[in-house]
Formats: sequence, structure tokens, C-alpha cells
Amino acid sequence: MSRRRSVHLAIGLALVGLVVGAVLMSYLWLPFAPDDTSGGRLTAPGGDHLLGTDKLGRDLFTQLLIGGRIALGTALGAVAVGGVLGVGAGLLAGFATRWRDDVAAVTLDILIAFPTLLLAMLIVAGAGASLGTAILAIGLAMAAIVARLTRVLVKQVLTRDYITAARIAGISWPRIVLGHVLPNIGPVVLVNLALQAGLAVLAEASLSYLGLGTPPPNASWGRMLFEAQATVLTAPVAALAPGLALVVLVVGVNLSADGLRDLTDPTRRRSR
Amino acid sequence: MTLLVVSGLTVRDQAGTVLVEDVSFTVEAGERIGLIGESGSGKSLTALAVAGLLPPGITATGTALIDGVDIIAAPVDMISASEKARTGVRGKIVSTVFQEPLTALDPLMTAGRQIAVPLRRFRGLRGSALRAAVGAALDEVRLTDTDRIAGSYPHQLSGGQRQRVAIAMALACRPRLLIADEPTTALDVTVQAEILDLLDSLVAAHGSALLFITHDLPVAARVARHTHVLRSGRIVESGPIAELITAPVHEYTRTLVAAARRFDAALEGLTRD
Repeated sequence: MSRRRSVHLAIGLALVGLVVGAVLMSYLWLPFAPDDTSGGRLTAPGGDHLLGTDKLGRDLFTQLLIGGRIALGTALGAVAVGGVLGVGAGLLAGFATRWRDDVAAVTLDILIAFPTLLLAMLIVAGAGASLGTAILAIGLAMAAIVARLTRVLVKQVLTRDYITAARIAGISWPRIVLGHVLPNIGPVVLVNLALQAGLAVLAEASLSYLGLGTPPPNASWGRMLFEAQATVLTAPVAALAPGLALVVLVVGVNLSADGLRDLTDPTRRRSR
Repeated sequence: MTLLVVSGLTVRDQAGTVLVEDVSFTVEAGERIGLIGESGSGKSLTALAVAGLLPPGITATGTALIDGVDIIAAPVDMISASEKARTGVRGKIVSTVFQEPLTALDPLMTAGRQIAVPLRRFRGLRGSALRAAVGAALDEVRLTDTDRIAGSYPHQLSGGQRQRVAIAMALACRPRLLIADEPTTALDVTVQAEILDLLDSLVAAHGSALLFITHDLPVAARVARHTHVLRSGRIVESGPIAELITAPVHEYTRTLVAAARRFDAALEGLTRD
């Protein structure tokens, strides 16, 4: 592995680890109850309240930790939805020929052109705002992108001579898919999913900022940003804290994705 | 029974353009047939059609009987019931060596595991017997240090080693017909000669028939006997390779021979100085 990439991976995993660690800790210990307003409104950082309190008197550090649960949950949930649906649809599209292939390609392009936010609003309009609908909307949008990538990769792998050799040898299609196609598209899809996980965190923050994500009183980083907006000049920490937390998680995920590419590619591994 | 009978093979693309037109030839057991022609002459498509493996959208008509089973009869689709019937025949009888050894091997599988796949499937080998057979297959293609090579990924091998591994894989199950599609084109000239000698002796040792596809007349002369010259999708001349070289009839064959002779003359001219 190249030196630079392994540094990326180390820094990325450290940043993600920081967030994961904080979230795991939040299940064992929280500085205050999430709805505890005893601290007074808009307390400055320091003392009992590490990051101060918001305009309702709730502890910001507590909210930040709970927001982390939602951010990580969204990332994992959306990747699960997007990965399963996307790879499945992409495989089918990759094997399609003639008019079926054209239909698949155009459908995927239309789905990708469809704005995630609009899709989320439609789903929210139907099912109501909740973390689940946000994850579903983000996952579906991700699935289209993953499917298009998978489709192209599958088509590429299918032209390789080792596939022809396997077919001549009478290996069945399911075995070819498991033995040759998935392993060969895997690294690229995995790296893409990791990048998409970072985008999913941002998408959830956007949805929550617009009131389409996690409903109150559950804190999400996007909603914390929205609530801090009115008082950003008097209490900048309330906006800075969730903003920085988002940057730490997304940069961490992206750097990990970058480093992951090398780990999964034997041609870049120095030795076995 | 004749091993392979191709008659009236015509291949068309999606738009209906004829890519291979009315090609007919036979391969008897143990025979070595050459298909020679420039790129785009349809020689590789002919081979793929014979194996029933045309790329999607490209269709074949005519017949290609491998051991009496028609490979083309049903429309060639990637997943269909007739595909299943075909693979049964194909896998046991036919095997191929391709032009580019880098794409002929799965980059994520070690050489040993790839050779093991057909051995496990067609000879039912497992465990230590399988390992021994993989070692023997690598031995046969004159690779030394077989343990290291069996554990190597394709990118860790040289071009010549990769092609040897591909040949070992193709011959591991003792196919009765080996289709070699430009097997030496991507290799250095010195390695080319070694690989040709290797193919030559292995095919002879196993009594396999060989369908050798190339654009290179001297290369064909080295391994093929009866040879068909393809031009723009048609067979323009057929005959024993020696006759094609000494007395070419068709215009295009004459050009091929003249071109090869010019290279020879250039070499000799240099050595005389």
C-alpha cells in the first residue's frame, strides 16, 4: 500500500473512531438527560455545560452525542438500503441485453437526476417525517447511483476473457457471479458505498435542517444547526459544534474510503 | 465422428451487417487447423460462434456441430435452457487460450485457484489430489517453482508465465479441441517461440485437436497444418499451410506471403553485411 494512502486510512479511521466511540459512550453515560432544561437558556460554554446550553436550556454536548447516534444510524441504514438495492439492480441491469439494457440505463439516469430532497419530501408527505423515512429516501437515492456504477462494472467484467473461459468450462452463472463478478466489482463498489455513507450523513443533516428528517425532540446535527441559526452571533458554539462534528465524520468516512481502496486491491498490495 | 463441423456459418451484428459469411470447415480429432486473417476479418468471431459464446446482440446462423451437438441451433442468449445443454458439451470437449493473458486470468484469484476450478468441476478432484493436479498442470507447461506460481496473483507473474498458466488451465481437463485465439500476439518475440513450442508439444502429447487463430503467417506455419485464409468474413483460400506458402492462389494470400518474405529478406540482408 502506498504510504500516503495508509496515512489517509489511519487518519480517516481515527476520525470515524472518535465519533463511533462518543456515540457508544452516549449509550452508557450522558452528561444530562436530553430534555433536562435546568441549565438555563443560552449558557456560555464551560462549567457543568461543556458546550453551553441552547435557547431552551438543554445541554449542547448531550445533544451533540445524541445527534451522533442519528448521523451514524443514517449512514449505516442508508448504505444497507442503497447497497442491497443498488448492487442487486445493478447486477440485473449489467446482465440485461438489447432493449432491456436500454430501459435499465435510461431508468437509472432518470432516477439519479431526480433530486434527493424532492424524493425525501415525497416520501415524507406520504409517510410523515421520521428517521426511518429519511433513511429510506437517502438509501433509495443512493441505490440509483450504486446501481449505475454496478451496471457499468458488471458489463466491463463480463467482457473479460476469464468470464468466457469460465463459461466454456461450463461454470454456472450464479457461480460466475459469486466467484468472478462480485469479487472483481467489490472493491470499487465498496469504496463508492463508503463515499456515499459520507454523503448520506450530509443528506440527513440537510433533511433535518429543513424539518424533513428526525422530528424534535430528538437532536440531529442538521436540526441543531437550524436551531442555532437565530442565535449564531450571540452563541456561535451552538452552530460550530454540530458543524464541526459533521466535518469530522464526513472527512473521516471519505479518508477511510480512500484508504480502503488499496486494502481491497491485490495489485496495490505490496505482497501477500 | 468428426470433432467439429462448421457449415454455412454466418454471423451478423445488431444492425444486420454480415460479419462472417458462409464459413465452412471441419476439424477431425487430433487435427491442427489454422484460421488466418487480418484484424476484422472475422476469425475471432468464428471461434466465438463455434464455442456458442458470441457477445450479446451478435447472432449466428448455420451449424456448428461439436461432437454432433449443434452449438448454434437455438438463438444464443446469455441465460437460457439451451445454454445449459451447450455448456455440458462445450466444457468437456472444448477449451480456449486467449490473446491477452492478463484478462484471461481473474486478477483477484491466485493462479493455482484458477487452474483448480475446471479440475474440481470436470474431474471431481478435491483436497490433496486437487493440489497435486494443479502442480502437475503447472509442471506440464514447464514452469519451475510451481508452488510459488500457484500462490501468485496474475499481476505478480510475467506475460509469458501468465500465458503458461492460461494454457495449463485450458489443458488441465484434457480437452479434445483447443481453440487458441492469437495466443502469442501479446507476447515478446522470444517468449512467443517458447509458447508456440509448448502448445505444439502439449497438443501432440494429449492428442487434442487445435484450432489456431492468428494474423501472423510464420506463427501459423509453426503449429497449424490445414489452414483457411479469411478476408472480410469469408474463407478465400484453404489448403495445407506449406502449399499456401509455396503456391498461394488468392491475391490476399500472396500479399501475406510476400509480407512475411520481406521480413525474412530484411533479416538476411542484415546478417550478410
